[in-house]
Amino acid sequence: MSFLKIKNLDISYKTRKETIIASQNVSFTLEKGEILGVVGESGSGKSTIANAIINQIDPPGEITQGSIQLDDAELCNNEKLIQTYRGKKIGFIFQDPQTSLNPLFTIKQQLVETIQAHLKLNDNDATQRAIQLLKEVGIHDAEKRINDYPHQFSGGMRQRVVIALSISCEPDLLIADEPTTALDVSIQAQILQLIKDLTIKRNLAVIIITHDMGVIAEITNKVAIMRFGIIVEQGLTNNILTNPQSLEGKSLIISVPPTNKKINRFTLISPEGKEITLNSANLTKNIIKTWGVRETSNKKILDFENVSKTFDDGSLLKKIDSKEAVKALNEVSFDVYEGETLGLVGESGSGKSTIAKIITGLIKPSSGKISYYNDELFNDRKIYQSQYSRGQIQMIFQDPYSSLNPRFKVRDIIAEPLKFYQKDLSQQELQSHIHDLIDIAGMSRQSLDRYPHEFSGGQRQRISISRALATRPRLLICDEPTSALDVSIQAQILNLLKDIQDELNLTMLFISHDLPVIRQMCNRTVVLKDGNVCEINDTESLFNQPQHSYTKHLINLMPKIESLV
Amino acid sequence: MNIYQRLYNTDIGYSFFNSKVAIFSFLLFLLIVFSSLFAEFVSPYDPFNPLNVSLMDAFIPPVWTEEGDVRFILGTDQQGRDMLSTIIYGSRISLIVGFASIAFAMIVGLFLGITAGYIGGKYEVIVMRLTDVQLTIPSILMALLVDGIARAIISKSMHDEMAIYVLIFAIGISEWPQFARVTRASTLVEKNKEYVAASKIIGLSSIYIMFKHILPNILRPVLVIATIGLALAIIAESTLSFLGVGVPPTTPSLGTLIRFGNNFLFSGEWWITFFPAIFLIILALSINLLGDWMRDALNPKLKKR
Repeated sequence: MSFLKIKNLDISYKTRKETIIASQNVSFTLEKGEILGVVGESGSGKSTIANAIINQIDPPGEITQGSIQLDDAELCNNEKLIQTYRGKKIGFIFQDPQTSLNPLFTIKQQLVETIQAHLKLNDNDATQRAIQLLKEVGIHDAEKRINDYPHQFSGGMRQRVVIALSISCEPDLLIADEPTTALDVSIQAQILQLIKDLTIKRNLAVIIITHDMGVIAEITNKVAIMRFGIIVEQGLTNNILTNPQSLEGKSLIISVPPTNKKINRFTLISPEGKEITLNSANLTKNIIKTWGVRETSNKKILDFENVSKTFDDGSLLKKIDSKEAVKALNEVSFDVYEGETLGLVGESGSGKSTIAKIITGLIKPSSGKISYYNDELFNDRKIYQSQYSRGQIQMIFQDPYSSLNPRFKVRDIIAEPLKFYQKDLSQQELQSHIHDLIDIAGMSRQSLDRYPHEFSGGQRQRISISRALATRPRLLICDEPTSALDVSIQAQILNLLKDIQDELNLTMLFISHDLPVIRQMCNRTVVLKDGNVCEINDTESLFNQPQHSYTKHLINLMPKIESLV
Repeated sequence: MNIYQRLYNTDIGYSFFNSKVAIFSFLLFLLIVFSSLFAEFVSPYDPFNPLNVSLMDAFIPPVWTEEGDVRFILGTDQQGRDMLSTIIYGSRISLIVGFASIAFAMIVGLFLGITAGYIGGKYEVIVMRLTDVQLTIPSILMALLVDGIARAIISKSMHDEMAIYVLIFAIGISEWPQFARVTRASTLVEKNKEYVAASKIIGLSSIYIMFKHILPNILRPVLVIATIGLALAIIAESTLSFLGVGVPPTTPSLGTLIRFGNNFLFSGEWWITFFPAIFLIILALSINLLGDWMRDALNPKLKKR
């Protein structure tokens, strides 16, 4: 008999307009000591299953059929039993360590409370146990740090505390819902290693829910691929990653940016199972006609010279000492040449987005010089000289949900920059320009009369691209354009960006924390750490012979899907 | 699809048609607005036409009492005017003052709030301290002050004509800080969203971004306080008229009617003050209930499934 056995599980959400089926006929088993990865795109029902096991489905969702058995005990819809199991027999790790700990309680209070809820221990013993747990998850100086509040820990440390909490009552089953999505690469590697070690040491059964094939490859034994609430494929991780049978499996794996080589374009698989070879060349013809043919010489388009940025928290009355102030950027220099894609890579807080904001004039640099061609973008009084860029520097944002005004129709979103820069445009010309722009982004013309909320994240990102192209930019800044998207959508968007760049001779500044994506997109790459430039090199040389120790460290740690292949 | 189905399919429409309180208060409010708007056709008499008024009819109690007269359902006042008609005409003045003063407060508050939130810096500090100062002055006191100044400036003969504008200004000036605060807070949230950054990068001007991009996105909370503010403004108008600094007795509002009736309350003619007061309560309550529902319906955090 298996330790955890889920059979024919159906879950549906009844809403006012329709019934959404979140899971259909889901069955799998799990033994102690195994790690099962549940992988799928957003909305595929991964988290619903995890929540069903601990009977925490948000209303109006309900389990309509099926059974969940843990150690031969039926858990399905048995709230009384599950309440004794939650925390005791089943541990749960949430995605965001920032919000899963109560900020008003110390770590000690939270741990002791959980321990005493399930085990009969007095305060002293419970505290001893808590300290021991913190040590086990790798928190140094646990005796002292146990009295700290959550905000005194970093993101990775907090996730360790959450793990300590979840294993505090010796559960047999650990469910981790996207445990590393909110974390940086180097911390992700540590957390995954920790979960792996605990699985072996404590003989746990672990379910990891993730959208990241790299995580799956790194740590799981078994994997289940989900789509639209159905498990389309399951089996040993090794088999599935090397030889996926289902369409979804193939599509998921083929869309993952390879870490060890550069490919020209991602292969996309259509729902019928055929390879899609999209070429937008004839779509861009119209655009090129209106823009005029551009040539790329090897001219320097952007010169970023010794730029520093301090976010001074100083109030009107108190000036912060320049030594104490945190420098978001410290004497950063690089340049961008016409037609290339320059990558900016680094962990959170490394100053990537600050650079983008300075170039576009959203914030002012504290010192340094930024030139667009030969004109300085900031004058002596640090005022942005928009007449030099004149809309030729455009940006694509990270969050497709907030980067489009929800009250504007798509047509108006794209028309706005057109009208602003070409005031003499006739209505007819305007419409034809809008059509050209929406065509090039691969969206239908019908979508022009809809509002942004009617589109998915990937489609919204395409609309963003249309808008950015409306001003005929030369330099396109992409600030993590795909980090909020599923892998297969990411592959489409990256392909689109490459196509547009080739055909329109755009220069791109590509910002990402994702090394494999950088490798696919960029000619040269700048590695940033805490506002300092570590290394600037051709992307290929950077990945093959990293010079700086931090670069080596990062490349070492990135989850490699090829590690199994 | 007809318009009812279309409305029903929107979230706000669904919430409305499933809330008995909302439907009831909305219909009640609509009834009051329509009857006062078309008072000439709805009310049985024109109480301000001397031809219709006879002192012989003064102090007739409501129709269901012993001395009642079928011609005057709610009785008559000291000049023989039909109470029902004067209430309908009076509510027109009350509603005009209420709507106009809230519109005035909203325009001032929206403009100051959105610019303060968007521009920030010293300008924001000055505007927000100004609202703080404004909020420390009770609205009735503020209105009395404005009225006093107006009386000093405007000649006596002009004053009656100008009274309604003075009233609108006085109430509006004491209501705008609410709007400024809410608008500024919402603007602070919206201006950090990426669509605003995108507009800046395109090169659009600040004024355009504020009023074309941000404004439509912050109207929801403003609408809620405008509704609740409307009830407050109508009550403020009545209070001022009751105190005798509001509209002149020749064009009485609900507050003026209550003041008149108050004089006769203890001599047994209770209906002269009672019915305008009840009417005022119903009007304010229907608006308040509507505002309460709207606040819940427009707040995604309070949304019930």
